[in-house]
Order: sequence, then C-alpha cells, then structure tokens
Amino acid sequence: MSLLANLFRSSIGRKFLMAATGLILVGFVAGHLVGNLQIFAHPDKINGYAHFLQSLGPVLWLVRLGLLACVGLHVWAALTLALENTAARGPEAYGVNRWLNAALASRYMKHTGIVVLVFIIYHLAHFTLGAAQAGSFKTALPEYVMTGGFHLLGFPVVAQGQVVHDVYSMVFLGFAHPVVSLCYIVAIALLTLHLLHGVDSMFQTFGLRNQRWATGLRRVVLLFSLAYFLGNLAIPGAMLTGLARPAPGTTAALKLAAAAVSTSAVQR
Amino acid sequence: MVAEKSSKSLFSVTLRVWRQAGPSAPGRFVDYPAADVNPDMSFLELIDVVNDGLTRQGGEPIAFAHDCREGICGTCSCTINGKPHGPGHGIATCQLYMRTFKAGDVITVEPFRARAFALVKDLVTDRGAFDQIQQAGGFISVRTGAAPDANSIPVAKAAADLAMDAASCIGCGACVAACKNSSAMLFVAAKVSQLGLLPQGQPERDSRVLAMVAKMDELGFGNCTNQYECSAACPKLISHDFIARMNRDYLMASVKATFVPVTNAAGAD
Amino acid sequence: MAKLDSKVPSGPLADKWRKHKTEIKLVNPANKRKYEIIVVGAGLAGSSAAASLAELGYKVKCFVFHDSPRRAHSIAAQGGINAAKNYQNDGDSVYRLYYDTLKGGDYRAREANVHRLAEVSNSIIDQCAAQGVPFAREYGGLLANRSFGGAQVSRTFYARGQTGQQLLLGAYSALSRMIGAGGVELHPNSEMLDLVVVDGHAKGIIVRNLNTGAISRHAADAVILATGGYGNVFNLSTYARQSNATAIWRAYKRGACFANPCFTQIHPTCIPVSGDYQSKLTLMSESLRNDGRIWVPKKKEDAKKNPASIPEADRDYYLERIYPSFGNLAPRDVSSRAAMRMCEEGRGVGETGLGVYLDFADAIQRLGEPAVRERYGNLFDIYHEITAENAYQTPMRIFPAVHYTMGGLWVDYNLMSNLPGLFVLGEANFSDHGANRLGASALMQGLADGYFVIPYTVGDYLAQQKPGSRPATDRAEFKQADGNVAAMTKHFLDNPGKEPVSHFHKRLGKVMWAGCGMARNKAGLEQALSQIPALREEFWANVRVPGSAETLNQSLEQAGRVADFLELGELMCRDALTREESCGGHFREEHQYPDGECKRDDASFNHAAAWEYQGEGQAPLRNIEPLNYEFTKMSVRSYK
Ligand SMILES: Cc1cc2nc3c(=O)[nH]c(=O)nc-3n(C[C@H](O)[C@H](O)[C@H](O)COP(=O)(O)OP(=O)(O)OC[C@H]3O[C@@H](n4cnc5c(N)ncnc54)[C@H](O)[C@@H]3O)c2cc1C
Ligand code: HEM
Ligand code: HEM
Ligand code: SF4
Ligand code: F3S
Ligand code: FES
Repeated sequence: MSLLANLFRSSIGRKFLMAATGLILVGFVAGHLVGNLQIFAHPDKINGYAHFLQSLGPVLWLVRLGLLACVGLHVWAALTLALENTAARGPEAYGVNRWLNAALASRYMKHTGIVVLVFIIYHLAHFTLGAAQAGSFKTALPEYVMTGGFHLLGFPVVAQGQVVHDVYSMVFLGFAHPVVSLCYIVAIALLTLHLLHGVDSMFQTFGLRNQRWATGLRRVVLLFSLAYFLGNLAIPGAMLTGLARPAPGTTAALKLAAAAVSTSAVQR
Repeated sequence: MVAEKSSKSLFSVTLRVWRQAGPSAPGRFVDYPAADVNPDMSFLELIDVVNDGLTRQGGEPIAFAHDCREGICGTCSCTINGKPHGPGHGIATCQLYMRTFKAGDVITVEPFRARAFALVKDLVTDRGAFDQIQQAGGFISVRTGAAPDANSIPVAKAAADLAMDAASCIGCGACVAACKNSSAMLFVAAKVSQLGLLPQGQPERDSRVLAMVAKMDELGFGNCTNQYECSAACPKLISHDFIARMNRDYLMASVKATFVPVTNAAGAD
Repeated sequence: MAKLDSKVPSGPLADKWRKHKTEIKLVNPANKRKYEIIVVGAGLAGSSAAASLAELGYKVKCFVFHDSPRRAHSIAAQGGINAAKNYQNDGDSVYRLYYDTLKGGDYRAREANVHRLAEVSNSIIDQCAAQGVPFAREYGGLLANRSFGGAQVSRTFYARGQTGQQLLLGAYSALSRMIGAGGVELHPNSEMLDLVVVDGHAKGIIVRNLNTGAISRHAADAVILATGGYGNVFNLSTYARQSNATAIWRAYKRGACFANPCFTQIHPTCIPVSGDYQSKLTLMSESLRNDGRIWVPKKKEDAKKNPASIPEADRDYYLERIYPSFGNLAPRDVSSRAAMRMCEEGRGVGETGLGVYLDFADAIQRLGEPAVRERYGNLFDIYHEITAENAYQTPMRIFPAVHYTMGGLWVDYNLMSNLPGLFVLGEANFSDHGANRLGASALMQGLADGYFVIPYTVGDYLAQQKPGSRPATDRAEFKQADGNVAAMTKHFLDNPGKEPVSHFHKRLGKVMWAGCGMARNKAGLEQALSQIPALREEFWANVRVPGSAETLNQSLEQAGRVADFLELGELMCRDALTREESCGGHFREEHQYPDGECKRDDASFNHAAAWEYQGEGQAPLRNIEPLNYEFTKMSVRSYK
C-alpha cells in the first residue's frame, strides 16, 4: 500500500495527515462553538443539546475516538516533522537570523499547538471528566428538569420534563472563576493564531492555493478566525464581565447569589 | 584598488565573514575592514579585493563559490545579513552591488546552512544533494536519437510559459538556506512542475514526483510548513505555487500507485 | 611532425555523413560495457556526449571541476540555437544554414563538418523538445523562432533569454538519468590536470579533487575533452570566471595539436569596465541593436559631458555613417572594431573613455516607452542593476568584449585529435566556426558533437581497440603525469612570492587585449610576444599561493590555470603573427581593404594552422591542414 506508506513516512504525506486532521478539528471546533453559543439562550437549549449528545451512546464514542485519533495523528505528525526540521538546519546556526515573508502566526505553530494541546487536556478534565473544579461538575450539581422540549433540525430530541445534567450551570459556575476564564481566553487566542496560519496552510498543502487568489483566501481565513475568536471570547468574556448572568432560578444563579452574599458578609 | 579616474565617492565597510578551515574544523566570524569601496563594485568583487589583500599580507583568502557572475549558474551562495543572496529582490549574490550598502556598514557573510549541504570551507558548501534529487527522477527518459519531430507535440503557450517559469531555477539552494526548516520543496517543486506541465513529461509524471520526493526526504532536508521564505529569497523568484502543485501531484500519484490497476502480463490472473 | 588527416569522407557533400555513418566500424553491443570512456566536461557538449554514450552501453566516467554538471558555462548562453527546421516556411534549408555558417566563419572551416552540423541541427531541436526543454511557443502550441545575428531567415529557437540554460538543463537531465541508472560515474569538483598518453594513444587522465586535494589516476579506452573555450586568457571576458584552458592546454603539451588559437570572437554589446576590481564583463543581447542607435560625440571635448547636453549635430552615428546599408546591425566583428576606433580617437564615453552610446531615445519616441520596455525590459533591468543608470532616460554605454574562442584542439571529421583515442568536442575543439562564429551556432555545435557525432565516431576508434586493453594506472606513464602535477602543486605552495595570482592574470589580460585583441598588427604582436615570457617568468618567481594542497584551495586552482594562460597567450600571439591575413575575428591591420574590411589571403592562408608542442622552451611547430573548398565558392564578405 504505497498510499499508506507515503502518507505516514514521507514529508508531504505527513503534511497531508496534518492538514486532513486539521480540517476535521477545525470542523469540530467550529461546530462546538456554535453549540456552546446556546449558553446565551434558555438553559433548556444547551442542557437539551448536551443530553442529546450524551444519549447518542456508541455514536458518541465513535466520534470521540475519531477526534482523539485526529488529535493524536495531528500532534504526532507535527512532532516528527518538527524534530526533523530542527535537525535539518545542521550543526551550525546562522549568526544573523532574518524573516523575509513568513506570516507571524506561522512562526509559532509549534508553540500555539502545544498550548492548545495542554488546554484540551485541561478542558476535558474540566467539563468532560470533572477532575478540575469537581464541585461544580455537572454530576455534582442538582439535575435539571427541562421546562420545554429540545428540538434539533425540527425533530424533538429531548422531551419536556425530562431530567438531564445541568451543563448550563456547570459552565456558568466554571467561568465564575476569573483565573479559569482567563486561561480559556488565552488558550482560545492562541488557538485562533494557530488557525490563522493553519487554515490558509491547509489549502497550500492540499494543492488548492495559488497566487491568483491567495489574497482572497487570506482574507477569508482572517474573517473566519476573527469570528471564531470573538464567538469563543464571548462566553467566558460575558460571564467574567457580568454581561451574561445565569437565568434566575437555575442552580448557577442560586449558587452565585449565595457566594456573593458570603463575600459581601466577609467584607462587611 | 579602484579606477584612478573614478568620480564615485568611495566608502568603507566591515565584512564579518564566517571562516572555517574544513568540514570538521571549528568555525567563527572574523572581521575584515574594507576601505575605498566603489559603489559600482559588485559584492563578490569586494571579496576578490579583500582576498588579494589577505594574500599579500600572508593570510589565507576567503573561500567562496562563484562562477558566471551574472546570476545564471547558481554557484554563488552567501547568506548576507541573514538573507541568502543578500539584500535585494530576485538576484543572486553575484548580482549584488556595493551601492546597496552605506559607509560604516558591518556586513555579515555566512555560508548557506543546511545539514544536506555539508560545509566544505569558509563560505563554500556542497550542494551535491540537488544533483542526487535530479538523478532520482528529474528527467524525461528519452534516448538520444529517438525523439519525434519537435512540432509533433504541440504545447499550449500558457503551459509552456509556466513550465519556463519553473525551469528558470538555477539550483542555487537559496530556498533551502532561507527556509527555517531547510526544506528543498521549492527546488524540487520547480523541477517536478516544469516536467509535469509539459505533455512530454506525462508518462513519468507520477513516478517522477514520488521518486524525487522520496530522495529529498532521504537526504535530510526539512519539511515545508508553508512559510514562503524560500520564494522570497529565490534569485529567480520561483513561485511557491509550484509547491502546492507538487503537493497535489504527490497525493494523486500516491493514490494512483495504490488504486489504479497496472496491466497484467498475459496469462496472469 | 604531426599527421593531420582530416578523414573527410569522399562523395557529394550532402551524402558524406550518411555514408560515413554506414561505413564506420561498430562495437558489438555485448562488448560496449567492456569499454570505459572518460568524458571531461559536462557543458552542452560533455553532458550530451556522456549521456548518449552511456545509453549505448559504454561505461562512462564524467569529470567536471564544477560542483555540479549543471553549472557549466553553457548555462550562460542567452540568445538561442539555430536549426534548419524551416518551420517558418521562409525558405530555410540545411544548405542555407550550412552556407551561412561557412560564410559567417569567413571560409576558414571545413565544408564537410559544417554541412554535418547543419544536417543534425534538426535532430537537436527534436531531442531537446522531447527532453522537456521549454522552448518559446506560439499560441497554436508550435515552436516559435526568431531571426538572430543578421540571418535572413528565422531559424533561431529560444527559451526566453535563457536558451543555454535550458539546453544545458536538458542535457544535464539526460546525464542525470544515466548517472541514476549507473551508466555514468560522475566526479564533480574534479579538475583534470594532465592527460596520460600510453603508446601514442590517450588512455587516461590525472585528476585533482578540488575539495580534498586528493590526486587520482583514471585509465580509459578513450578520453573525451569537452572543456569549453579559453577566452579568459584575456582576464576580462563574458566567460564565467572559472572557465579555463587547462585541460586542452595540458593535452597540447602531451602532443595534441592546437589549431587556430588566435581566432577569438569579440562581442560588440557588453557593459563597459568600471574599475580595476572588475572581474567580469556582462553581455547585453545583440538584439538591442535592432532598435538602439550607436553613437559617440563628434568632438573629443564632449566625451565626458552629459550625453543629454550634446546636441544632435554634435553626435556621430558612426555605424550608420560608415555602413549605411547595415547600419547599427553590422556584424559583430565589424561593429566591435568600429567602436574600438572611436575610443582610440579619444571619443569614447564614460569614466574610462572605453565605451560608446547605445541610444534608445529615437526608439522610445517612435514606439513609446511601453513597447521598448516590452521588448528589452529585462536587459534594461540588468543594465540598471550593474550600472545604476536608467537606460530609458540616458543612453546605455556599451563596449566590445571577448566572447568566444573559435580555436581549440585540432580534430578530424571523427572529432578525434591527432592523438589517437583523444576526442575533443564543443568549444574546446577548433570547431566548425572557422574564423568567426555566427550567433546561435555554438550551442548547436556543442549538442551536435555530443548527441549526434561522437556516439558514432567513438565506436570507430574503439572497435580497433581490444576490449579490456586499457592500461593499469600504475604504469610509468601514469606515475610520471601524476608526478608532474604534484611537482607543480608543490612549487606553487612553496614559492616565496609576493603577489596574488590575480595580479598576473590582470596583467596578462592587458597585454593580450592590447596586442592580440580586436585589431592586431605585427609590432603589437611582437611586443606581446616579448612581454609574455617576461611576465611568465615573473609569475613563476613571484606568485604567492597561500594555504595547503589538502583542502579546497582556490588560489592554487587559479595559479594552475593562469600558468596555462601565460603559455597559451603566447601561442595565440604567435599564431596571429604568422597568419598574415585578416579573416573573421582575426583582424590584422596590415591586411584590410581601404574601407576597413577584412582582407583574406586565400592563396596563402586557406588552411587551419595546427600548432604542435615541441617541448619546454622550444618554438612550437606549425602544421597545416589545407581547407579544400570543393563545393562552395569563397566570396568576400561585405556588409556595406
Ligand atoms: C554570455 C554568453 C552568451 C552566449 N550566447 C550564445 C548563444 O546565444 N548562442 C550560442 O550558440 N552560443 C552562445 N554562447 C557560446 C556558447 O555558450 C558556448 O560556446 C558553449 O556553451 C560551450 O559549451 P561547451 O560544452 O563546449 O563548454 P562549457 O559549457 O564551457 O563546459 C565546459 C565543461 O568542462 C568542464 N571543465 C573544463 N575544464 C576542466 C578540467 N580541467 N577538468 C574537469 N572539467 C573541466 C567544466 O566543468 C564544464 O563542465 C554564449 C557564450 C557566452 C559567454
Ligand atoms: C469558551 C469555550 C468553550 C466552552 C464553553 C466549552 C464547553 C464545553 C462543554 C460544556 C463540554 C462538555 C459537554 C458535555 O460533556 O456535556 C465540552 C467538551 C469538549 N470541548 Fe469544549 N468548550 C469550549 C472550548 C473548547 C475548545 C476551544 C476546544 C478545542 C480545542 C474544546 C474541545 C472540547 C472537547 C474535545 C470536548 C469533549 C467532547 C466529548 O465529550 O466528547 N472546547 N466543551
Ligand atoms: C483543535 C485543535 C487543532 C486544530 C483545529 C488544528 C488545526 C491545524 C491546521 C488546520 C493546520 C494546518 C495543516 C497544514 O499545514 O496543512 C495545523 C497545523 C499544525 N498544527 Fe494544529 N491544530 C490543532 C491542534 C494542534 C496541536 C494540539 C498541536 C500540537 C503540537 C498542533 C500543531 C500543529 C503544527 C506544528 C502545525 C504545522 C504548521 C504548518 O505545517 O504550517 N496543532 N493545525
Ligand atoms: S528554487 Fe530558487 S532558490 Fe531554490 S535553487 Fe532554484 S533558483 Fe535557487
Ligand atoms: S520557506 Fe520553507 S516552509 Fe515551505 S514554503 Fe518554503 S519550503
Ligand atoms: S556566480 Fe553564477 S549565479 Fe552567481
């Protein structure tokens, strides 16, 4: 199978793997963002959505494994290529180093990538496994009762009155910590930087880029990245600044109000 | 050291040159003051003059590669102030003139650096790796005397022009020297594209790109991360579009090598 | 006295080559791999020969002093390559190409050779196109042509301004293929420093690895030299800096005859010298003369003035004045000499006074700047890069420069020298260009020799050599040659001299240019002949070559080359002095028509002069190969 051998061994092959997995990951983070933005709507939305995803069972695991494989491949390719690149310069470094043309983002792909990897691990520990901030993890919170139904593409997927995990409150409570929120913001900024070069670069790797529309492509990528950044920034940002408050009556609203009372009591 | 009658105002600079006696000897920068520089002098002519001075004083002249001195042979190969072939756009080291610099400048001169380009001495490196890549597949197999009439294979002008753009590579290695990963993608892509664009090159198109890329990898060049430093330093301004083209060709060739059936000899099943 | 048998086959001119090919001996295919052939040089001639011979099954070893075969000086040729394809339907034919080339050479070439060259020219284009050489195309996808060098037909094929580069890369790709396939063993960074002759046959070479200094011996059944021209004897020329005569000169000293050494071509449109540091003269394409007008001030006092301040009435458009029908398009030699005369009169322009104006003001007025830019933009850019002057606003300055050497080792119709087993191809042989080379014909000759002549003719020689009979490299002849090389190296490194090699090269160049340059005369040549031996002596006594022999040592390389130039220069002057006529690039002031045209002396000099080495300090012997013009009437070239 020369295709597999070429993909996994050759320089260009591994670049393809990185681009292909990169494409899937971009798809995921974009979709994930859209899903997450439901946090600004009624708690039914995100809680229903989360419940729906959890209810997929084997399919969910398939997707998770797929994503894991993508991250694994992506990081493996990035790592092996980067190691080769360092070795390729040879024994002596240049006395004077100058950049001529490379996009700023392209110079820090390894660095931004590593931060994103660390973030992903933390983020899984935070919202998926509950290892960080166990107290406000969804399983530690009271269950949420759906006040309305949750519809996806017009299909009713979660019924009214169903009891589900309170992801809504988990997120609000999680981002109530300024340090956590700031970490998210930094990670997201660096991920955006990663995408700024990554998405453009992907086209070159697939052989779909040329001078005639390179400028156009750059603009599209820039807009996409900007939108992605702002969208993501909005969630911790709004919660941190108090622009977004949990809906009254939710666990998050109650807990935060209680916390506010105790801090003001201390102050007094 | 310059024409007696020169009306140009002469100036002084300092050359900070990488000196290394041999492949395994330690290297270091050495400063050489150069006075009475004529702005019309080429950069290599200045090294000539400095070298003559060194020889007269009993020193050893700076070894540097050069030949045509008009930007076509690809021999000259200095990294000057951090840029292969020095300041200037679309020129080789030999096309750099001293008027680019000003009085008092310290000009740092280094060899092209890459593991695949072993250092020979001072500013001279061995770029034989490029030849090896060519030998792996950078050709159209046509035996002498076996060619059909040249006009029996028409080539669309656009394709011929683009092939010529790619073919103008002088094999200098500045792309490798400029790339932070020491990748030879631009050089290889230029050759692959030239032959891949022409009808004559089609029969071996797939095997060529597979073989040349395999050789490039084997020789220890780095991998492209699409930073386009190479095309910016290229004295012939070869476009990195050819890299995209080669990426595509490589994938197609890999797919075809796996899935497209090859003919079975008669009797085989 | 060397035996000069041209071996030109009998029969009608147009049948000679075909007939010869069917008559010469062949090597049994099974035996081919038992023969080893050394090819020195990988320019157009060397790469094409090495590749073609390896394809035939011979074992080939190829040596170049460059770090890669792709860097040979052929890479620099700009203009184009001729062929008698008649794709333009403008009446071209093999005969016409033959006739133009012969006439262009002022009837000092062999008819049969030139005809063969014209015959195989078409196959060259086919071969190159099949290799993927990106020749210029018309919109219909067919090959484009242009007219070049004053030809009346459009027969020049080109690849932008980089024809030599593309042809060489084509030949290099063929060579690379055979190296990859194991048919050719490539030795880059390897300079041939001596030829080994065993029992009167060339059977090997001595080589120095330029990077490690290692000296090695190589034996073969035949040796092919394709090492290019020797114009750098003038120091400043359009040649690459490293081009040299060492291979052919040392072969000469081993008994190969050197023919017509004084035939040098001067190109009229080069960028003038700017100072003593100058290392190279850059060629500007001749095509500039199609639209540019050449002039100098009428008055000496104006020579240093800003050209814009010189009124029309004070300008002398001397080519248009002297050669009204050809004007600015007068042939290379005619135009070069006229420029020289203007400068001698003190009317030369620029800082050095060695330059004439090539003015585009009229063309810009007539065609508009965009049209001029479209045609010559890249040349104007080169000019600007080198001189920092804008030729759209102020006239270019140009001056003639040494560009090509028609002389070289003497070869017969089979391209074999008088030393059996030594073949010489491309610019290194005394070639098919006679006393002058037409534009776009050197590339043609190099590839013709390598692709289409040597593959046949080498077999004729090898068939007469027993397979496996090549000598062992421990024979006395190899030891002796090896010892020679070592002794020379040692001398240079131990010499307690003061001056760098370049010092002597520059001085030799000045002597050669003054005495044996564009216009020659008895007194000047005699003066040069007395100066060169003195300079040579001074060189050997006072040259300083730092460094060691065990590493890359560019001073050492240069020293060896300049040592050879110092001897070759003398032979050139000697040849020029004995050739008491003017022909093509060889202009003897004593022999000219009143209008300054070359005056040939066909009765006394219709021959090639092939010089034979007689030993250190001895005057060389002048052998003669008469040129019998059987098929073509010799006429007087006139460009009035
Ligand atoms: C600026 C310029 C423009 C030109 N334009 C044209 C044109 O438009 N049309 C045209 O027809 N002609 C043109 N010519 C002439 C033409 O380019 C040359 O005559 C021709 O290319 C010579 O080819 P070659 O193969 O004989 O030698 P070269 O290309 O000079 O190759 C010589 C080879 O020999 C090797 N070599 C030499 N000595 C040794 C040694 N001692 N040991 C080992 N290796 C050695 C070198 O490494 C090199 O590989 C031009 C020439 C110049 C200078
Ligand atoms: C403000 C930004 C983000 C918010 C609010 C957020 C929120 C969440 C939540 C709530 C979950 C858990 C869903 C559940 O288990 O019910 C989750 C899972 C996940 N998030 Fe995020 N996320 C954000 C950014 C990111 C980013 C930038 C990435 C990728 C780099 C990412 C990758 C993941 C992954 C991989 C999962 C696990 C999915 C699974 O369970 O299979 N998230 N996120
Ligand atoms: C959600 C996570 C990620 C996404 C969406 C993503 C996306 C991308 C994309 C689209 C590319 C471009 C591929 C190409 O050049 O063709 C890329 C390249 C790269 N990624 Fe990631 N990536 C992610 C995580 C990571 C991680 C965790 C690392 C870890 C080290 C990493 C390191 C790199 C590197 C080094 C490159 C190479 C840059 C280049 O070739 O130009 N990425 N990424
Ligand atoms: S692609 Fe450009 S930089 Fe690279 S070898 Fe060719 S000419 Fe030199
Ligand atoms: S600079 Fe290097 S990263 Fe790629 S685009 Fe050029 S080879
Ligand atoms: S010396 Fe030939 S390209 Fe610079």
